Amino acid sequence: MFRRILFIITVLALATSALAAKQKNSIQIKGSDTMVNLGQAWAERYMEENPDSFVAVTGGGSGTGLSSLISGTCDIAMSSRNIKEKEIALAQKKGINPYEIKVALDGLAVVVHPANPVSKLTVDQLAGIFTGRISNWKDLGGKDEKIVVLSREVNSGTHVYFKEHVLRKNDPNSQEEFAHGALMLSSSQAIADEVAGNTSAIGYYGMGYISAKQKPVFIAQDEKSEYEAPTIENVVNGKYPISRPLFLYTNGQPQELVKKFSDFCLSKEGQEIVLKTDFVPVK
Amino acid sequence: MRKFKEFIIEKLILLCGLASIFFVALIFLFLLKEGLAVFKTVGLFSFLGGKSWYPISEPPHLGILPLILGSLWVTLGAAIISVPIGVACAVYIAEISPGKIKEVLKAGIELLAAIPSVVLGFIGMVTLVPLVKSIFHLPTGLTALSGSIMLAFMAMPTIVSIAEDALYSVPKIYKEGALALGATHWQTIWRVILPAASKGILAAVMLGIGRVIGETMAVMMITGNAAVIPQSILVPVRTLTATIAAEMGEAVVGGEHYFALFAIGIILFVISFIINVTADLFLHKRQ
Repeated sequence: MFRRILFIITVLALATSALAAKQKNSIQIKGSDTMVNLGQAWAERYMEENPDSFVAVTGGGSGTGLSSLISGTCDIAMSSRNIKEKEIALAQKKGINPYEIKVALDGLAVVVHPANPVSKLTVDQLAGIFTGRISNWKDLGGKDEKIVVLSREVNSGTHVYFKEHVLRKNDPNSQEEFAHGALMLSSSQAIADEVAGNTSAIGYYGMGYISAKQKPVFIAQDEKSEYEAPTIENVVNGKYPISRPLFLYTNGQPQELVKKFSDFCLSKEGQEIVLKTDFVPVK
Repeated sequence: MRKFKEFIIEKLILLCGLASIFFVALIFLFLLKEGLAVFKTVGLFSFLGGKSWYPISEPPHLGILPLILGSLWVTLGAAIISVPIGVACAVYIAEISPGKIKEVLKAGIELLAAIPSVVLGFIGMVTLVPLVKSIFHLPTGLTALSGSIMLAFMAMPTIVSIAEDALYSVPKIYKEGALALGATHWQTIWRVILPAASKGILAAVMLGIGRVIGETMAVMMITGNAAVIPQSILVPVRTLTATIAAEMGEAVVGGEHYFALFAIGIILFVISFIINVTADLFLHKRQ
């Protein structure tokens, strides 16, 4: 009887240690919804090449990702914004040192119907349009038509980015909001469809959605600077004003599997996946 | 033994009956618990009467007046369209149509009820929305009117089938009496049968409206979701249901936004509760 129990205990101990060893072969990635597809594409390819390791990717938003990195429930946080000082302070209190890796860039295209004569705007004019101060295309050199403003829902990181960087021009004290009458659509595809069928609409989405049915507007930071098209080249050299970096955050310098994975993301192959999922490579 | 079996079955059924009430109570308690927390940060008046809805700003603006009006506006439009058509359809089925047509019509209406709302929304998006835009020369076809028309399709099966039942339950003697007095078929329907069935028809209308106000997917797809106080039926609106559906994903659990969405849930619950109770009152008065 005693021997039997001993045997069972040994088996259990072996099993748990085996499990524990296996645990080290897996990493948890969490964060930005914008980056979920990218993260998943990386994870799938990485696991194909390294069948003994396991990478789990979940969304939830940049803030969710960073807070689970801080609480130690994920190994890598994906974020479509820089970590805030508040979050760094909180992390250090818990003995965690967020380490930032820039893995991709995302350009936001502002699009109108191809028949719309307006083809270039400044960031100021964009802010005017999306807050509702400018409400007719004729003020921008177009036809005498009411502007139909299309925005994403508040659950979208793109909505937040556009509000903070275009409407509020990075000013944390600004109280600018999207116009009351702005149509809130639930996906980038819905914006693409509405713009394609509506000559007086204007909307924004990630560059990957641009097609022949919409016309991307050339954007300038202010009247003195050049109007630039949302192309990968212009995002890379920083000329296009509405683009944002996408990050991975790890606890301290990446080690072991986390390092392997983040190196993979920055490798030629990883950056090709970036391009395939419609983001802009950093290398 | 047989008695024992009966006893067990009876108790099991009783348990099932109690369970549904129990769950409703639990859901309501949960709604209250999560939703009332929002009133720590906003007053009831500024929540219900506030004109701007910017839930993720700092500080958030949590005024749901545009959303309530949006919901009511779309519902009103849907009722105006679906009630006359639905009741007329029920009258035709119950009183006028010959046997074969009746079967076809009834099957057709049941089929209408079987179309998932997301499919109706999608069809509305690609057919109705451009149509509304070009007919009224609007800047966009994503309007309250488009939503109302699509929702009218959803309310119709409910209205037709319940109103039809009400018409059938009018005692035959009434009809025979009217005809015997020399009234025409139409006079009988208009002056005798419809008034006699009015309570049931009202209940049908209320239940149809209840169906419309709770509808989410189709309205979210075709009403444009702009949180403005509607000035006409041809502008975009944002409904209570679409707001919850669109924003729940990102709301931080335990945050103001999250509580506010639950509070919207309470408002919706109250509205549909009132509608259902009214319908019930009408139904019971009739008997």
